[in-house]
Amino acid sequence: MQKTNMKFSRRSMIGSLAALSGVAALPMPGWAMGKMTGHGGGLVRKGMDELSGAKIDLHIAGGRFATGGRSGDAIAVNGTVPGPLIRLKEGEPTLLSVHNMLDVDSSVHWHGLLLPFQFDGVPGISFPGIRPGARFDVPLTPRQSGTYWWHSHSGLQEQAGHYGPIIIDPAGPDPVSYDREHIVLLSEFTPMHPHNIMKKLKVSEGYFNRQKTSATDDYPLSAEERLMWGRMRMMPTDIADVSAPTYTYLVNGHGPEDGLELAYRPGERVRLRIINGSAMTFFNVRLPGLPMTVVQADGQNVRPVEVDELQIGVAETYDVIVTPKSDGAFALAAESMDRSGMAQAVLTSQPGHKASFPALRDPPLLTMVDMGHGGMDHGSHGTNTATAVDDGQMDHAAMGHAMPDAAPADAAGGHDMGAMDMSGGMNMRDTSLLPDSVKVGPGIDMVAMNPQDRTGYPGLGLDDVPHRVLNYRMLQSIDMDHHKREPEREMVLHLTGNMERYMWSFDGRKFSAVGDDPIRFGHDERVRVKLVNDTMMAHPIHLHGMFFELVNGQGHHQPKKHTVIVQPGSSATFDVTTDEPGDWAFHCHLLYHMHAGMMQTVSVAFPEGV
Amino acid sequence: MGRILAALLAGSTAASPLMAQNHDQMDHSQMDHSGHQMPAEEAEAEVDHSQKDHGDEEAKPVDHKQMDHGAMGHDSPAPAPSAAIRNAGTGPPNAADAIWGTEAMRASREAVYAEHGDMRMFWFQGDRLEYRARGGEDGYLWDVQGYYGDDINKFWFKSEGEGSFGEPVEDAEVQALYSRAIAPFFDLQAGVRQDLTGPKRTHAVIGIQGVAPYMFEVDAAAFLSTKGDLTARIEAEYDQRITQRLILQPRAEMNLSAQDIPELGIGSGIDNLELGLRLRYEIVPEFGPYIGVEQEWKLGGSRDFARAAGEDASVTNYVVGVRFWF
Repeated sequence: MQKTNMKFSRRSMIGSLAALSGVAALPMPGWAMGKMTGHGGGLVRKGMDELSGAKIDLHIAGGRFATGGRSGDAIAVNGTVPGPLIRLKEGEPTLLSVHNMLDVDSSVHWHGLLLPFQFDGVPGISFPGIRPGARFDVPLTPRQSGTYWWHSHSGLQEQAGHYGPIIIDPAGPDPVSYDREHIVLLSEFTPMHPHNIMKKLKVSEGYFNRQKTSATDDYPLSAEERLMWGRMRMMPTDIADVSAPTYTYLVNGHGPEDGLELAYRPGERVRLRIINGSAMTFFNVRLPGLPMTVVQADGQNVRPVEVDELQIGVAETYDVIVTPKSDGAFALAAESMDRSGMAQAVLTSQPGHKASFPALRDPPLLTMVDMGHGGMDHGSHGTNTATAVDDGQMDHAAMGHAMPDAAPADAAGGHDMGAMDMSGGMNMRDTSLLPDSVKVGPGIDMVAMNPQDRTGYPGLGLDDVPHRVLNYRMLQSIDMDHHKREPEREMVLHLTGNMERYMWSFDGRKFSAVGDDPIRFGHDERVRVKLVNDTMMAHPIHLHGMFFELVNGQGHHQPKKHTVIVQPGSSATFDVTTDEPGDWAFHCHLLYHMHAGMMQTVSVAFPEGV
Repeated sequence: MGRILAALLAGSTAASPLMAQNHDQMDHSQMDHSGHQMPAEEAEAEVDHSQKDHGDEEAKPVDHKQMDHGAMGHDSPAPAPSAAIRNAGTGPPNAADAIWGTEAMRASREAVYAEHGDMRMFWFQGDRLEYRARGGEDGYLWDVQGYYGDDINKFWFKSEGEGSFGEPVEDAEVQALYSRAIAPFFDLQAGVRQDLTGPKRTHAVIGIQGVAPYMFEVDAAAFLSTKGDLTARIEAEYDQRITQRLILQPRAEMNLSAQDIPELGIGSGIDNLELGLRLRYEIVPEFGPYIGVEQEWKLGGSRDFARAAGEDASVTNYVVGVRFWF
């Protein structure tokens, strides 16, 4: 296999082997990127260096990582965790050479990048993987710009540090103006071996949760509600499968105790390129006292929208502009969604300035809405952006489209079910509601009874905070899609799972059972895909190789994304033009969900005569 | 700034029907956001060039076709491109085979399938390993189980036994079971049980194990011995968290028999009943020492057998033990 790789590389590389080594220094002071000195003795450095130019080499190797008094095995790329920033320019060719110095297979997936499928880096789907000691060359001419990231797609290596950021600068002027930029790559460190984490999840439900309900908790739950959850054999505290203290949350490889500082000068427009490169953690990101203007989502420019906080799902990216006016220090607080811990950095005008970080807020609880009983609990969920939706609707009506983007319509829709009949015989798993395409079995412990589109929902725990929070319906692409095609067909895919057994799947079938029966698309089809989440967890669903447009009521300005959060017990819908032929991975980006089987291959036909 | 943005947003949504009908009059102000440095002229150029959206894919002929459709106007949605071929194939995805070779892909494909959903786990639990203080000779008890297998199919083993110190083991058994997930919360289990004490009987076992509503852990099984005796056992326990580490566990066990089995001292009907309460402190989730009390009654015919043998039909055990798993 190694031979095959090399042969192919040579053949495909003719003409682009003018190998310039592209290691360049960062255009910002070292302390701003949080480079710590004094690490040695086998410890990997905390990211990140920057690589650019016509040839970029990545060396994947093992090491030890330490933060906050804990240390553990790690996988470092070019000696750092996170690995180096790969900085490219739209339209300028480069050769990415990946050297695997581990004693197991490895890979690099270029998350969000448009490229031929065989270079997408998913072993078993797009290529055979990189054997120990082997090299894999990826010729790439970026046909996009924006903030992205890369990570291993082999085993559970991503958890161990095998990830890093990508920035592609636009060929022309950047529509986003900024004076300074910082990468804010959020991730986790754990001294626990990822396989051990997987095992604990499989054999012991709620193992990592230290915020369970108990006889002495102070959750605002009535005895009746507690009984209801018990009857359903579910936990309202099932927010994150793995959390602190198992995880130490990191910004650019720095734990809270590492005191990462990001520099600014008063009055500068500072662009924060926020990347959620974690394995399992959604983060609530805010800089108290400093509003953020979101200008990009998943690498795609969006109309600026100012918020005070945003929730970022695993594998998503958001670029925000902050403009601190005077000298000082601002806390960049990225609180895990279950509020068990926080990734921290300080945005400061003077090295050494301390910022005071907000305390962790009370952990949120799941509600009936998260069980797919939409419409029962309007007060707290989903109604806060009704206006945006209505606008979208009107828009379409005026255009007279036959098929309106109706998905985010009915927050208050249907299903009168004797609301709040907590003790009654509510069926949490009415499998007759499922289409025939779903295989019913022990792997499905819940069926959303009345799944609503919740793209207007800011994320668990952020629907009742006293400030502005981003939600998907606020995202509008900058570029107008003049030629927006209506979907030629619609597909419904159910996200299914069993918390107790830690089984996760699409349509009730794990990848191991269905790999040979991929989701097939014609070439250049226009497909509407509705994802229905029949579980009580939020799943960040990622499609490789193609951007989809989120059906969020924004008409010709539907934002393009590579990853969409499908909120618990709800649905989310996207349109995709399947114009990238080949086999692509499609999966939940919660690492252990993917590993448990929540993955599929999307096979796009090649155009005729190719 | 927030106000400006809000105004822009409001303006843009109101204007969108117009935009849809006439692109030439696209409102430039919408492209000239405070957050973007592109001058208005360039924004216009970008907007007016419908190719921009598709420019990335210019290499592909089909996209040009798309653009033509676009130019025809929007009122009717663009028809499906006639060139689109449905991927009518069946079988495994194979695009990568053409590039990397079928053989190289086969191995990695099998590996990636197995890795994503077919992992097998080993689990061993000492549910109760305890010292039992009681009237007369103090005793001990073990109750362990474990499995190896995937989500659906497992090999499951169980062993329990008890005795008094200074005497031979009173009761001991092992079970080897095939366990299959039949419902979200329950496994069906079937196999054999071998008694290691007394007449050392062998039994066929069929049972269910899982989590009942209200989070009761339940294990119920019927046993048919090689002598034709039919017995059954039902166990249920519940973990009431007091704090994240301190757990109060009520537990109940009932043994039943379809017939008298005098050589084992078992009478037909309810053979015995055990009710226990254990207070456990989980130092880590895998390891929790506990103290507790358990009351055991022999009932009906079994009580009579016990009395005839000069044994107590009712015993109170004060227990100290440990629960662990790995």
